[in-house]
Amino acid sequence: MVKPTRVENSIRALRFNAGEMTQAELADRVHVTRQTIIAVEQGRYSPSLEMAFQIAKVFRVPLDAVFHYPGEES
Amino acid sequence: MSFEEKTTWVTALVSVLVTAWYVAVVAGRMGGAPVAEIAYQTPLLIAIGATIVMTIAGAIATAIVTAIGGAITAELTGEGSAEDATRDVGRTDERDKDINRRGELIGYYISSGCAVGVLALAMLRYDQFWIANALYLSFALGTIVASVAKIVIYRRGF
Repeated sequence: MVKPTRVENSIRALRFNAGEMTQAELADRVHVTRQTIIAVEQGRYSPSLEMAFQIAKVFRVPLDAVFHYPGEES
Repeated sequence: MSFEEKTTWVTALVSVLVTAWYVAVVAGRMGGAPVAEIAYQTPLLIAIGATIVMTIAGAIATAIVTAIGGAITAELTGEGSAEDATRDVGRTDERDKDINRRGELIGYYISSGCAVGVLALAMLRYDQFWIANALYLSFALGTIVASVAKIVIYRRGF
């Protein structure tokens, strides 16, 4: 299936590195549903800028450590 | 499946069932009689009222079943707690609001397009029966299309 968004993310890896944080825990901390975290992780939903910052804040990393755009210079 | 997606399914099912019931009742009364004599008013009011009541009741039932079912599943499987399983009941976030907005916009386009047809019926002086029913079916179709669009967006993403 073609992903509706080109934005990629490292949420799965970041969750693993954060003591294997569950999707439900992350959802609780960002105040969204678990299904939204799943959709973001799978690239089926591009979160708002505010939600993106909230996710980065949970992992205590900069925004570009969580979200990437194909073709951007790293 | 999020709670909002479940209630979208409820809205879609209720709209389809009630509309089908109404069309069946009115079609059964047509049978060659002049349209001006067909008693469509009571079934139409029942259909509108039933859609509202059943959608609200369906949402409440969905919340109860999700909460109880989730708690029982968590207890039986030992995966997560009952609190985890029921956490998302009633919770709405930005994705739900985005999907709702996009789906409602598609439904609005459909209803508006059909409303042009209703205007044409009025201008051509068709019987009130046809105007009232075309208007009802415009709204019903808009609601069904909006619900289906939301479900597709929930499944495919955007």
